Amino acid sequence: MGEFKVHRVRFFDYMPSAIRAMVFSTRTERLALARADGALEIFNFSDNYFQEKVLPGHDGRAVEALCWVGPRLFSAGLNGEITEYDLENLRPRYTVEAYGGPIWTISVNSQGTLLAVGCEDGTVKMFEVLKERIQFQRNLDRQKGRIISLSWHPSGTLIAAGMMDMIRIFDAETGRATHRLLVDRGAGASKSKEVVVWSIAFLSDHTIISSDSAGKVQIWDGLNGTLIRTHLITKWDVLALSVSQDESSLVAGTSEGTVVQFQFISSTVDRLDKDWVRTRTFKNHSHDVRALAHTETAVVSGGMDTQLVVRPLLDKVEKNTRESAMRKVSFPHRSLVCCAKKAGLLLFQFPDHLELWRLGESDGYGKLGGSLPVKRGPEKLIQLKRKGEDHICCSALSPCGGWLAYSTVTSFRLYRLQNGSISICKVSKLPKDLLPAHQLCFSTNSSKLFASSSNSSVVVVALNELECKYLGTLKAKYGCRQPVHQLSASDNGKWLATANTDCEVHVYNLDKLKLHCTVPVYGSCPTAMAIHPTTSNLVVVHADQQIFEYSLVKKEYTEWSRRLQKQGLHSMWLERDTPITHVTFNPKNPAHIIVHDMFMFCIIDKSLPLPEAKNVLYNQMALRSLPEPDRVLHSHGFKICKDFQHLLCVSLLEDHSLVVVERPLLDIVSQLPAPVRQKKFAT
Amino acid sequence: MVEHGDIRVVRRGGSKINFRQPVITNDSRLLLCASGHSVKVFSTSTEECVHELRGHTDLVTGVVVKPSNHLQAYSCSLDGTIRLWDFTDGILIKTYDIGYSIYSIHTSAFHKGVVFTVTSTISDKKSESFQLVAVHLPQSGDQLVKAPELSAVISDVSSNPGAIVFGRGGEYIASANGLHLEVFFFKKQKTYRFFLKKDTKTGGKNTFMCVAAHPKDDCIATGHEDGKIRLWRNFNHQKEYTYSTLHWHSNAVSSMCFTPEGTNLLSGGVESVLVQWRYNDVSQRDFLPRLGAAITHIAVSPDGALSCTSHSDNKITIIQGIKVSAVLQGLVTGESVETDLMVDPRSKALVLNGKPGHLQFYSLKRDKLLYNLDIVQQEYIHELGLQQFKVVKVAFDASGNWMATVEERKQKDAEQELNLKLWAFDEQTQSFVLNTTVADPHESRITAMCFCQAAASQTTMLISASEDGHFKAWQLRRLAPDDGPSCLCDFVGAYRGLVPHCCCFSADGSLLAVSFQEVVTVWSPASWELLATLSQPPKAIRNLCFGRLSCSKYLLGTTDDHLLCCWNLLTCSLEWSTSMDISLLLGDPLTENIAAFCCHAGSTDLFVFKPSEPRPVFSLKAVCSGKVTHAVFAPREEMLESCEESSQWLNHSQLYFLTQCMDLMTFTTKAEEEKLMASSKQLLIDDSVAMTPFYLLLGKHRKGESGAAASGESAGRPPLPQGSGAVKELLRTPAHVLPSTSFLCSMFVKSLLVSVGDASEESKPAEEEMESEKEEEDSEGDMESSASRPERGSLARRSAEPAAPPLTKAQLRELRRVKKLDHSWLTGLLRS
Repeated sequence: MGEFKVHRVRFFDYMPSAIRAMVFSTRTERLALARADGALEIFNFSDNYFQEKVLPGHDGRAVEALCWVGPRLFSAGLNGEITEYDLENLRPRYTVEAYGGPIWTISVNSQGTLLAVGCEDGTVKMFEVLKERIQFQRNLDRQKGRIISLSWHPSGTLIAAGMMDMIRIFDAETGRATHRLLVDRGAGASKSKEVVVWSIAFLSDHTIISSDSAGKVQIWDGLNGTLIRTHLITKWDVLALSVSQDESSLVAGTSEGTVVQFQFISSTVDRLDKDWVRTRTFKNHSHDVRALAHTETAVVSGGMDTQLVVRPLLDKVEKNTRESAMRKVSFPHRSLVCCAKKAGLLLFQFPDHLELWRLGESDGYGKLGGSLPVKRGPEKLIQLKRKGEDHICCSALSPCGGWLAYSTVTSFRLYRLQNGSISICKVSKLPKDLLPAHQLCFSTNSSKLFASSSNSSVVVVALNELECKYLGTLKAKYGCRQPVHQLSASDNGKWLATANTDCEVHVYNLDKLKLHCTVPVYGSCPTAMAIHPTTSNLVVVHADQQIFEYSLVKKEYTEWSRRLQKQGLHSMWLERDTPITHVTFNPKNPAHIIVHDMFMFCIIDKSLPLPEAKNVLYNQMALRSLPEPDRVLHSHGFKICKDFQHLLCVSLLEDHSLVVVERPLLDIVSQLPAPVRQKKFAT
Repeated sequence: MVEHGDIRVVRRGGSKINFRQPVITNDSRLLLCASGHSVKVFSTSTEECVHELRGHTDLVTGVVVKPSNHLQAYSCSLDGTIRLWDFTDGILIKTYDIGYSIYSIHTSAFHKGVVFTVTSTISDKKSESFQLVAVHLPQSGDQLVKAPELSAVISDVSSNPGAIVFGRGGEYIASANGLHLEVFFFKKQKTYRFFLKKDTKTGGKNTFMCVAAHPKDDCIATGHEDGKIRLWRNFNHQKEYTYSTLHWHSNAVSSMCFTPEGTNLLSGGVESVLVQWRYNDVSQRDFLPRLGAAITHIAVSPDGALSCTSHSDNKITIIQGIKVSAVLQGLVTGESVETDLMVDPRSKALVLNGKPGHLQFYSLKRDKLLYNLDIVQQEYIHELGLQQFKVVKVAFDASGNWMATVEERKQKDAEQELNLKLWAFDEQTQSFVLNTTVADPHESRITAMCFCQAAASQTTMLISASEDGHFKAWQLRRLAPDDGPSCLCDFVGAYRGLVPHCCCFSADGSLLAVSFQEVVTVWSPASWELLATLSQPPKAIRNLCFGRLSCSKYLLGTTDDHLLCCWNLLTCSLEWSTSMDISLLLGDPLTENIAAFCCHAGSTDLFVFKPSEPRPVFSLKAVCSGKVTHAVFAPREEMLESCEESSQWLNHSQLYFLTQCMDLMTFTTKAEEEKLMASSKQLLIDDSVAMTPFYLLLGKHRKGESGAAASGESAGRPPLPQGSGAVKELLRTPAHVLPSTSFLCSMFVKSLLVSVGDASEESKPAEEEMESEKEEEDSEGDMESSASRPERGSLARRSAEPAAPPLTKAQLRELRRVKKLDHSWLTGLLRS
């Protein structure tokens, strides 16, 4: 596998934000997720739960509810505005003020023509969905008390609203309230507290299901307005509800971190009358479950503990397959760390600031697996706060450590760093073609900056001491609108590879500033890629864990890549649930490719045979115990190291030392607020 | 050696009542439970045993009420038969012979004429598996019916009857075994199997322990090893089944039961807490805590009024609502019986360890716990790993006036604590009262303790031998003339610093034998001189036993190298010895018979012999599996009159022993069994009153009164009309079927007239007395045996000839009958 001096970096205090809302679109198989800081994330469930797009947050925006209308995404928040997002340029498209105070909920009818929002002042406001924008249509009868939750009847004629202490049913056409369902308050001391109907669901058979702050899930008859059943599932709040598409199952998320499933089951085998019965309980969260989505095969939950959990329902999926494994998404599927290989600097990206660190040094020689004495500790050089209210979207540090660039949704900034005497100065004269970017990349010799812009185009800027000059825009073809999320320049400065969320990978010739070739489109999104410094082969890793190597000279897949595809990857490799987020090469050994995901890093040795299905994939420990001659027989091309966990970045410096940036999940958990107190047995 | 066919090993008395789930009858008045080889019928209100349904020849493994007739019950047994009983009258109606050992029985109203039994599949012995079999019970009038029609329903089921249950009117049956649940629908003839993983990530163990089915809904509740309860629904789909989990128990759920309406689910486990879950709102539950011991079974009466729980300490608790209304306590045999089995000479009760720190007095005759005596008199703290005082030795003197107990507590580092307590019998309270406590009587563990059993001796002497190398003799003395006697150390003996292991008094109390490892020393208790040492065998002595009556010159001992030796005390030489691995040597206190339990090839053989005769009186191979370490001869209250040579040794006393799995067993003869069977069959009772002993006593008393009145002084006074059978009949018959009043009136008046002839009067009391014969016989037998014992002892001392009764059996019986017929004859005899 090779021996490396490893910088084990644990000073990146990355802290993800709590999950606030979630909505799943069955049509596009995409999950939209809103975090407490206003950031939005789009996950593609058909592509291995890959985090396709990230829309950075905004200081004034607190998203309280999300809603898909076809492929369009709307959000509403406590700032009283409805926002539609431009998912191609990863920014808000427009905002509409609802003039009803803070908005708690947003819901669209099944026809996708009307949006209903519930406001603090007790009004339900209807907005008509037009092609380009939305337009206020009318108010329903104004109620006393805020509207917390809304749910349309699938026919679109009725709408149920959860309020304080009650549920109202409105006729959507006349706007009149037809029923008033009173919700019981909690027992004991909470009797005096108003009960909040946190979530509500209106089913097609006119059953209304509500969840409230008294810990109840209640089932109502919406036609007569009577209570059918009450399930007390927790002592605390039941914050979220989600019903499956076929209305046979529903899940409720509680403040205890549990998700309780209810199923619509007939009580005896041959009779048809069915009943909602509490069945399973999932406990995958330590804190409040704030958002839930019930997909066809899984329960997706998220909350205060910042993790997105996909829990497959075992009665809906084949057992012991990839779909039946539970997934937790803790880290973003893109790199927040930029490493200057030559200068030994690290740039950490936070939503509201950037941190520049110099790595520590050590000159000692220790034994394998031991730790070396540190001569000079790591040093935080710069903390750069962003300007404006928009959160940082992307950032980059040049390999020489002389340039730093970051971009938000609205602005782009470039800084010149003086490394010796730590100083930073903003480059004020930027070419006007350099628009806010989705992804930034410096060339290896730090003379060029690449910024991916709208419509899959990449702006190339030449940098030198005096000025920065616009060189041109790289554009693949007309009609491609998806944002570029991966950029990779070759070491010799000749090639630039781009990948967008349409799964297209383009390679440009930087000398001619023209498209060199397009890698054959593969059905899964590229998660990481890099161009080999000597052989100019492009290595692309996809969300479904496939690895391709494409020769830029011959414009075809390499021999090794073909062999890999022919034989297929090891099943254990394919079953890993976090995507590869970084690809680098070992300059000393051109046959080595270094990749990493959250739980491991792997050196792929192309000169060794590929692992076959019968081989053990994680065999490093076993190999170490074998005598020297036997190792050759048993070793295969995938050398996996799991010594470092919860990796954010693995990079190889020029002095052949490895930088490993870890962020243990326990550290994240320890920084969360205390969960609700629960009585544990025998305490 | 000859095998004797007519003597069998049976469970009689003290058997487990918590072995299988009890059944409460439809009217909630009676409770049926399997108990050893019989089924016991208890009254739920008085806690008394109403009937014992005898007939099975092996362990009864299940009782169910017949679904089509709620006054009859099926029971199944390992002897391969299913028996149908009329349990209100205690009558065996039918016997179905299946031919295979049956491990449990299940019935449902849905299946008429079919019972479901669990039998072991006839595969290789190593991996014994069980299958559920449907048995079609043939309709025929015969008493004994062969049921040939068997059809397998589910293979690979659990032998635990709680793991099989019928659901919703018997439409399906659910069986859990290991890690899978199997549901079989009878209509569709389709099976669904559901599997669980062995362990969950959080360390829970998923093994199924028990199953319950909701009576109305399609919902199966399963209890698991980690204390979870799963409620399964939608189990008619192989894939879309679903379950919800309830968790309160911290340990395995051992039993569950739905109430008849399905509104509540009862569950219990080691925590000895009965948990009641609301079916519709499982977050609400009620608890009945502190039930005393781990719950093993739960049953609910069909009307839902009563529920009962079986507990691991051989107890059934009957619960009304959520309050305990009655407790049926059986013999408690824990993991170990440190005190040996003992018989209290006064009450003839079996004495052994019961509750922690207690001695239990259990009447074998009535099969009932008499009382618990608190020996340690300290609060027992339920905590794992805590060392508590344990009662380790008990001894009674011959009259039963004195009892000695030893309790010890082993602590890790400190020296162990020992207490010797002497208890005197208090006539007033009819129980033992603490007389003397000797703290630390020895420096080390007490290995043996015995009272001088001679009835003639004036003083009561107790010997205790200890690992510290001494044996001590304790004597009861009056310190002050007005004080009661108290216990004082009289003599401390030792022999070459060896550790004494066994001690034994001869029957007349003139000799004491103490074994010091491989040396047997014989002492004279009167002068405390060492009379002789016998050291024939080279290995340590395990057991010592003096011969009695005609064989009182013999001393028997067993050694560690499997040798049985018999010394002649007159010559102080070895009379004979034989090589046998004897685990227990026991002398019958009433005869010269010695019983030896001999461990051989994993099972125990029994030999009964007289030390003077070369041929064993009786031998039985493979009495039970495992080693027998505790046994006792319990004197019979009435002597048996068996003349067969092989069963004569059972005439005076009964031999009880504890098997390795703590089952109390005894030996019985065919004649005795037949007698018992006969007595149980002829019982007929008034159907309005539960047949309890109290009722019997009261009823008899009343009858006796009327009988005395009739036979006694005033022949002129007419008997009360209520007493007349004709009047009773008249009052009972509905008025519309009776003849006209005028016709009856003359008859009624006639019946009030005094009859002239006294023939009828004479016959009536005779009849009455015949009925109460049994009871009187008991008391007489008791008197007789206690009176004759010392006499016989002296007889044996005087001469070596066998102590045969002076009269023949037939003569004795004749005499007894004559006695019963006319008491005046007896009084006349006494006066003259």
